[in-house]
Amino acid sequence: MRQYWWKLLGVLLILFSLIWGILGPVPALPILHETIRVLYYHVPMWFAMIALMSGSLVYSIMHLRDGQALSDVRAREMAMTGFVLAGLGLVTGSVWARFTWGAFWVNDPKLNGTAVTMLIYLAYFVLRQAVEDGQKRGRLGAVYNIFAYVMMIVFIGILPRLTDSLHPGNGGNPGFNKYDLNNNMRPVFYSAVLGWILVGFWISQLRVRYQRLKQSL
Amino acid sequence: MKKALLTACFSLIFAAVTFGQRPEGKMAEGLRASGKIYVVVGIIVIIFLGIVFYLLQLDRKLRKLEKKEK
Repeated sequence: MRQYWWKLLGVLLILFSLIWGILGPVPALPILHETIRVLYYHVPMWFAMIALMSGSLVYSIMHLRDGQALSDVRAREMAMTGFVLAGLGLVTGSVWARFTWGAFWVNDPKLNGTAVTMLIYLAYFVLRQAVEDGQKRGRLGAVYNIFAYVMMIVFIGILPRLTDSLHPGNGGNPGFNKYDLNNNMRPVFYSAVLGWILVGFWISQLRVRYQRLKQSL
Repeated sequence: MKKALLTACFSLIFAAVTFGQRPEGKMAEGLRASGKIYVVVGIIVIIFLGIVFYLLQLDRKLRKLEKKEK
């Protein structure tokens, strides 16, 4: 039970957000209508992705310091889970965009930024596949992963804020402030974010354990 | 532990579904009482818990293998 508590906490938090995200009160806004609830499901994907990529970055730096194969595996698997969540975020965002902004894809700096970010991380996986030698792969991957993380911050954290974006919180608007998130929505949103981060780490941990067993057999 | 978890899961689903069938009450007025939205919630919860259960089983399988390895 000691090792399970944070996994179950993540599950309970998501469960709360799933139920209350649909039943709870939300502000009635033009254009958005009920789709404002998508915020509870779509945005946590990105928060969880950024948390996982941060974890991946930490293990990449650790790998450069200690050279342990396990920290390299951890870095890779976290990036992998983050990538999957980003894919889900992109698809759900696309559906949401279709019914609020009018198209599945618009030339929004944040959308293009995430697309570029995902390609950068895709290159990380491809790069790893291309190097046969385990140690070389670890070092090269770790260095590239640090680069990828910096690019991610630039493309989804900085550039969209410098220009106008359809996303809230960009183009000089305050993000997650009184305009975008009212007090009824806050608890649901934050528990969804925390829940998905925890479950994201859980899935990564499962993958790491699988990889470790595979290598030791 | 498995049984307790299952019981907890099912009681939660049950609670979510029955909660929606209350004919009156504050919540039912608030949100499309006759729209059967609670059924949707119940189904989402079932699917999510199914996936969680699958993950838990995977976790347990890995744990067994790790024990064997030692």
